[in-house]
Amino acid sequence: MRKLLFESLIRPPLTERAPQVSDAAVDELARALDSVARKRLGRSLSIRAIDAGSCNGCELEMHALNNAFYDIERFGFRFVASPRHADVLMVTGPVTKNMREALKRTWDATPNPKWVVALGDCAKDGGCFAGSYAVVGGVSDVVPVDLHIPGCPPPPIDILKGLIALLEGANGTVGASLG
Amino acid sequence: MPALTDLIEAGRPAEHHAPWRRAVVAPKVWNLAVEQLAGGRWSLLGLWGEPDRVHMALLDEARDIGVISLDCRGGRYPSVGQYHPPALRLERAAADLFGLAPQGLPDTRRWLDHGQWGISHPLAAQPGKPAARSSYRFLAAEGDSLHQIAVGPVHAGIIEPGHFRFTASGETVVRLEERLGYVHKGIEGLMAGAPVDRAARLAGRTSGDSTVAYSLAFARAVEAALGVAPPPRAMWLRALMAELERLANHLGDIGAICNDAAFALMHAHCGVLRERVLRAADAAFGHRLMRDRVVPGGVAGDLGEAGTSAIRSLVAEIRQRFPHLVELYDNTASLQDRTVATGRLKVELARQYAAGGYVGRASGRDFDARRNAVYAPYDELAFDVPVLQEGDVNARVWIRVREVEQSLSLVEQMLGRLPAGSIRADIAAADNVADGPREGMALVEGFRGDILAWLRIGEGGLIERCHLRDPSWFQWPLLEAAIEGNIIADFPLCNKSFNCSYSGHDL
Repeated sequence: MRKLLFESLIRPPLTERAPQVSDAAVDELARALDSVARKRLGRSLSIRAIDAGSCNGCELEMHALNNAFYDIERFGFRFVASPRHADVLMVTGPVTKNMREALKRTWDATPNPKWVVALGDCAKDGGCFAGSYAVVGGVSDVVPVDLHIPGCPPPPIDILKGLIALLEGANGTVGASLG
Repeated sequence: MPALTDLIEAGRPAEHHAPWRRAVVAPKVWNLAVEQLAGGRWSLLGLWGEPDRVHMALLDEARDIGVISLDCRGGRYPSVGQYHPPALRLERAAADLFGLAPQGLPDTRRWLDHGQWGISHPLAAQPGKPAARSSYRFLAAEGDSLHQIAVGPVHAGIIEPGHFRFTASGETVVRLEERLGYVHKGIEGLMAGAPVDRAARLAGRTSGDSTVAYSLAFARAVEAALGVAPPPRAMWLRALMAELERLANHLGDIGAICNDAAFALMHAHCGVLRERVLRAADAAFGHRLMRDRVVPGGVAGDLGEAGTSAIRSLVAEIRQRFPHLVELYDNTASLQDRTVATGRLKVELARQYAAGGYVGRASGRDFDARRNAVYAPYDELAFDVPVLQEGDVNARVWIRVREVEQSLSLVEQMLGRLPAGSIRADIAAADNVADGPREGMALVEGFRGDILAWLRIGEGGLIERCHLRDPSWFQWPLLEAAIEGNIIADFPLCNKSFNCSYSGHDL
């Protein structure tokens, strides 16, 4: 273990500037996200993930945001364990009828101001599951949605882009839910 | 002692059912099969309904596979679950969806139907009015100073929803009861009457982490039904994707299990390797999870030179870094203290439930669909199926470690010998069913275990009925058994070591 830890000290980090993963897009996005987040929220935004019926694909890419490449926490974004600690609810899946009540209650338990991000194609309108006897539809059919991030599932980089858009729009449409 | 083939020959054979046989049998023969299951000689691979019929996929002692079906007069049939508990939840699900009533079923609570659909028996010939809402009666646990802890459906992490009801005595779990069905999307209902390509997209969205395996199972079932053989290159590319999917999931799981034992270092390093796999998959096949890349008839896109070299450097990096992580896992006493002897699943239970994947193989069940229900190109590739007897969290980690090594070898073998040629055959579904409906079935080894796909293609080349059985159906109940007597703080660890699918189970 000492060797691994030592290596971590002397090796360049994977995140951002590491040449072997140098992804110009991530780098640029990272800087943009940093400045916007700081301005709006003073470096802190807590996200609570809710799977309202997804296939689990979106959850996998949400997990990826925590890995060393994307390292979402460096921007002050973090996933929290309770809706009561959250600023943003990130909801995935077509909302199933069996999850409708749980989603509503989780939204109710989240203090204002709050934002809702609908993540993935299914979260928009039910996607390929729309029309099923067991599916309500998109997230906005149950709770108000501030932003939709498309994709099946959206890659981590798109989720980061979406979060920027959310913060940039925080004075506009989102303002309504700030009260 | 009867063989499965005797039972199938005693029945009325389905005309077009491939590659294994199916027969409609008399109740007496059905009960004979149930006796074999209850006696522990055969394994249940699946049980699913149709409006007037129930089917059971079986694996006999000689590892022969077949399906027997029973006509349900008045919607009733003799329960399998009363003698063979692994069938319990499958029968409850079939009761909810089709209104089939298993006679003698000891547990008649609804399973997928939470009273929210607005109808009951949605897939029956005549769906009914919604049943009266009633609260779910959890099983009782009685004794001094027992307390209950309710968890879910919304969990604390980035996880799928489900409810766990613990009864604990102090810190020790006396009983865990799961309640699932929250992410039931009605996939089988949406598939009925759908064209093959739409159904294929649904199959690929049954369980996101196994999208390749599900697409493969569905595609192989369609091809078996229609008698279509995909080109050899397509078969190899599919297997290549399947092994990449296995690598990504196992690497993620190994890290996540250690993380649930508060050992974040492994999680961070495994997370990096997992991300590398997803990026290589993206470079090679154009999608990080390789969704919709396996299609009936072949694959959606070819592998180019850039993709090949991305996979080659991926394999080189994992080969270089992974052994250090394995060593770290093996030599960290505080971590071993958490995983060794925790969440032990007995060999007998794994056998009784025909548990697939690392859950079964860590508890002595030597079964892998890639070898036991062999499909191309695995018949031409060399690989071992690791098996351990301990059945604890540690054993489930080690099975994954060994399977990562096997998958790396398989990927190398496939890249070295990838056949040239076309990548897709025309399935011509509508033309192929001119002489009546055709049925197909497939068993595919996903990272979690064997996935069963069964379907019937009817008039116009549309899917009449498709059933997808996730390996989790036979693993979720075993988690309840494995956690018993463990401290409640070890539940996340045990749960992650099983890593059952919610969406795949709930359908």
